[in-house]
Amino acid sequence: MAAQPETIDQVRAVTEQKYKYGFTTDIEAEVAPKGLNEDIVRFISAKKGEPEWLLEWRLKAFRVWQTMEEPQWAAVSFPPIDYQDAHYYAAPKKKEGPKSLDEVDPELLKTYEKLGIPLREQEILAGVEGTEGKTPAIAVDAVFDSVSVATTFKAKLEEMGIIFCSISEAVQKNPELVRKYLGSVVPYTDNFYATLNCAVFTDGSFVYIPKGVRCPMELSTYFRINQANTGQFERTLIIADEGACVSYLEGCTAPKRDENQLHAAVVELVAMDDATIKYSTVQNWYPGNEDGVGGIYNFVTKRGACRGRNSKISWTQVETGSAITWKYPSCILQGDNSVGEFYSVAITNNFQQADTGTKMIHIGKNTRSTIVSKGISAGRAQQTYRGLVKILPKAEGARNHTQCDSLLIGDQCGAHTVPYIESRNRSARIEHEATTAKISEDQLFYCRQRGISEEDAVSLIVNGFCKEVLKELPMEFAVEAQKLVGISLEGSVG
Amino acid sequence: MSNPSPLQPMTYSTRGADPATAPGFLAPLDALPGGLPGAGLPWLDDLRSAGRERFAAVGLPTIRNESWRYTNLRDLGKVGFEPAGASAAAIDLLPTVRAAGESGPRLVFVDGRFRADLSATAGLPAGVELLGLADAFASHGELLAAHLGRLAAADDRPLVALNSAYLADGPLLRVPAGVQVDQPVELVFVSVGTEGAATARHPRSLLIVEAGARAVVVEHHVGQGAGTTLANHVTEVFVGEGATLHHYKAQREGAAAVHLAHIAATVATGGCYDNYILTTGGRLSRNEVVSRLDGTEARTHVSGGYLVRGNQHVDTTTVIVHAQPNGTSREVYKGVIGDSARAVFQGKITVCPGAQKTDGYQLNRALLLSDTAEIDSKPELEIHADDVKCSHGCTAGELDDDALFYLRARGIDRDTAQGLLIGAFLAESLEEIAEESIRDAFQRIVSGWLEEQK
Amino acid sequence: MIEIKNLHATVDGKEILKGVDLTIRPGEVHAIMGPNGAGKSTLSYVLAGRDGYEVTEGSVSFYGKDLLAMEPEERAAEGVFLAFQYPVEIPGVGNTTFLKTAINAIRKHRGEKELDAMQFLKLIREKTKALGMSDEMLKRAVNVGFSGGEKKRNETLQMAVLEPRFAVLDETDSGLDIDALKIVAEGVNALRSPERSMLVITHYQRLLDYIVPDHVHVLAAGRIVKSGGKELALELEKNGYRDFGVNEAA
Repeated sequence: MAAQPETIDQVRAVTEQKYKYGFTTDIEAEVAPKGLNEDIVRFISAKKGEPEWLLEWRLKAFRVWQTMEEPQWAAVSFPPIDYQDAHYYAAPKKKEGPKSLDEVDPELLKTYEKLGIPLREQEILAGVEGTEGKTPAIAVDAVFDSVSVATTFKAKLEEMGIIFCSISEAVQKNPELVRKYLGSVVPYTDNFYATLNCAVFTDGSFVYIPKGVRCPMELSTYFRINQANTGQFERTLIIADEGACVSYLEGCTAPKRDENQLHAAVVELVAMDDATIKYSTVQNWYPGNEDGVGGIYNFVTKRGACRGRNSKISWTQVETGSAITWKYPSCILQGDNSVGEFYSVAITNNFQQADTGTKMIHIGKNTRSTIVSKGISAGRAQQTYRGLVKILPKAEGARNHTQCDSLLIGDQCGAHTVPYIESRNRSARIEHEATTAKISEDQLFYCRQRGISEEDAVSLIVNGFCKEVLKELPMEFAVEAQKLVGISLEGSVG
Repeated sequence: MSNPSPLQPMTYSTRGADPATAPGFLAPLDALPGGLPGAGLPWLDDLRSAGRERFAAVGLPTIRNESWRYTNLRDLGKVGFEPAGASAAAIDLLPTVRAAGESGPRLVFVDGRFRADLSATAGLPAGVELLGLADAFASHGELLAAHLGRLAAADDRPLVALNSAYLADGPLLRVPAGVQVDQPVELVFVSVGTEGAATARHPRSLLIVEAGARAVVVEHHVGQGAGTTLANHVTEVFVGEGATLHHYKAQREGAAAVHLAHIAATVATGGCYDNYILTTGGRLSRNEVVSRLDGTEARTHVSGGYLVRGNQHVDTTTVIVHAQPNGTSREVYKGVIGDSARAVFQGKITVCPGAQKTDGYQLNRALLLSDTAEIDSKPELEIHADDVKCSHGCTAGELDDDALFYLRARGIDRDTAQGLLIGAFLAESLEEIAEESIRDAFQRIVSGWLEEQK
Repeated sequence: MIEIKNLHATVDGKEILKGVDLTIRPGEVHAIMGPNGAGKSTLSYVLAGRDGYEVTEGSVSFYGKDLLAMEPEERAAEGVFLAFQYPVEIPGVGNTTFLKTAINAIRKHRGEKELDAMQFLKLIREKTKALGMSDEMLKRAVNVGFSGGEKKRNETLQMAVLEPRFAVLDETDSGLDIDALKIVAEGVNALRSPERSMLVITHYQRLLDYIVPDHVHVLAAGRIVKSGGKELALELEKNGYRDFGVNEAA
């Protein structure tokens, strides 16, 4: 394979350049030194044995990134991030974890229990030692046997020609596909966080569904635990070739502790003629404590290109975690008759901040988009829906319908709606509606009179408010997501 | 966790502004023959110099300024406007909402300066004051010092700062507590300009309706003559407790006119500020309406309609601030865009912390008549209180083909059918005009536009 | 047994109930009649524990327990059911989901095992059938888009499913035509039993033709001013509330 000698050359190139750049880190090191410079980018690339073109791409991104400023327009505020005060590469390794569930934060366990997560799964999520790795305990676990499930399904997928692997693996095994599509939807010049991701991404998923193939299962459901450690600069690339169809699930309803404060992922989707991609996310990263201390900064760039005629990309997200969310899963509707959808539930409580929404760019004829956004703000949280619907002159007969509803719980929080609607085609029809309301006292009392506790009543009413979105989730996710809605709002009433 | 508080005015940084454009606008100020009226009055000198300093520091806003992202003033900075001088030009026909032969209170400003010969103030109830600012600087110094610049602060917006730097004249209306002015007060602004030249005028209006009083004000903005004209208006509106001001404006300036207007209103407890703007004129026009409900149980209506074609650019930017509980706001904007014209609608409703039981409604609809027409909308909600009911709706599209076909199938020709449908589309906005005589007058403007469209 | 003693309650600082005394034994159906503003709805809200209705004096004993010390959901779990005059709409929440959440909350409180999906479905099918209701109503969101009659039938269904010991029917006849009224009354009558007591609150005698009470009380100006048998209702129908110092045009 061509990748091999290339990789060796590169490793040599990096090690030989050390004097030139004053780079003294041993290539065998498990962790890159703190800071970010070209050498670190080379180091990451070399560590992963990447081909020259990818290194060049990373370097180009890095050089652009150095000239960029952090975006200021989102309605979120946080202390400045020192990008030099972080490690950009750490080899995946086993961390010192708790020895058993007895040592795990009881708060975390309580939440797992409410979500109805099986004990075995709880151990893995909480990082109890001896649960990841190859201990026989896992292999015989009938409830959640990720290893064997993975193997079984992988074989089945391969049979159909579906490629589903880590992006690092894809770089080695399917470099031509990666090279063709990587950065084709989110270019390396796109925005501050995405460009940073291009320079330093460590891993993520790669999916290719060949022509005419319908992926027979929801991808990633069975892998959610194994993929938990993909790191803070995750990179996902999904390609559905002509007539292909795939549903991809990202994330996990269980809250996860993570040492990395900054997460800057990039997700690119490409749908060719008649292809459909459904991408569902449940994001429940650590939101910080009740006083707003700690929590993840989740600055994500997600974009899908409906390149082909009659293609369809559908984003569904349930965002309940992270201290700060900055995220606009978007669709570029290039192919005639292509369809873009965005269904979102965002819940912010305590001191969480979320600025999220979507962009629908209508380029092709008869393109259609639907946006349904349900925002719930409680505590002292601030939440903004920010969206763009843009109709270009050639988008004859384009249609958009947008519904943005906000629900406020308590008088200390904020809910904001900032839609941008730009139309340059008269035959396009755009409808946008937004409402803001609170849970009425009447509804609460009615539920309580029927024996339902106040907290459950809030959960019930909010779930009703979100129903339009939650019904878009794949079944197995939907049940957990409903519980999550309730849990996220605990303590917000009364 | 600081989103900028809605209670604080946003201060301008030079981000989103172009200081290089400032000297071109400010230099002629020093060369004004005889200086500005009222020079030497300390409060007025302060107001002007604060505006001047501010504008010198920032210059014109650019599209990097969020509030100006859809309206580009870059070309304006290159024109080199001269301040319009006092004009004695004869005005053939003054616009009015009155029936032929009727007269009533009216102030006329030609190129920004008061023309007593064209104005009339007879017949107003006792105590009502209606005069030009240039005359009022000396006689009403205390009143003006207490109000001018209070709502439209110089550091708030660059064009307001520029207006303050040039502050020379404009209408002053004061309706004392409890007084009802039944007949509409008409304010007429005529841009005459100079052939082959670019001239600028910066009128300032001050409308004060005190507690329990009521007034109806109708503004006409028209162009006559030639050259490029820039009108940079600032209007400050004070609505007292339980007072009502109906404020209507028809902007029909010439094809080469640039019309920029900023209207800032404050409404006290139980008061009502009702604003309606109809735009058909101007090459480039923008109306900024900022209505603040500073008392409880206050109401505001901010509505309008626009009809543009050719290469016109019309921008409507509204901000409704609910600063106190139990306020109601309503906004209905409808627009028709033909040819290569472009319309911008930015409407923001802000509900401040504690402004519970707010009821805010906004609707904005645009009708595109051609393949090259464009609409950019940004309806915005900023909500910091939970017990509120706020909503906005926004649509853009073309005339309903089925309806058009239906009319044609009944023997109505295409143009007439189109006119009927456009008229019907705009009617929903015109219905927001509470005063019937004014609604009829504005309807005539719409009908006239539709006639020309054929 | 429900014992209401010297009950005083205020709303927004204004005293509405001024010493209500009432005892209802198991199996009994009592009717409270009275003019507008007498405090009828206030009494029902106070019994159900709504916020904003402050009890300033008196007590309510519910099978020996202090009802007033309980949260609304505890009262429901103990067996207090309020059929609302204006049933509330809850968009997006399915009628079935709502009922299942409620019944399982109540069963949990009583130390009973929660019903699984199959058991619940069986129960609810039984009840809807008994009330002559369609399954279609179960699929819709709680009260959203329901007609007046459908809302009241939905209240009856909830009562049938939750099996309270004490049901308060607040102006159940309001907004119903005679046919709808008959259907709802039939449903209520089917739920009469020796273990279940009811308090029927109404302005008009009409409802009491269909739900015949054992006792009738007149509530005026925050007090029960007269009690009697079902014939009292007819008397009121004839003479109005004038005899009780109330002038009413109704």
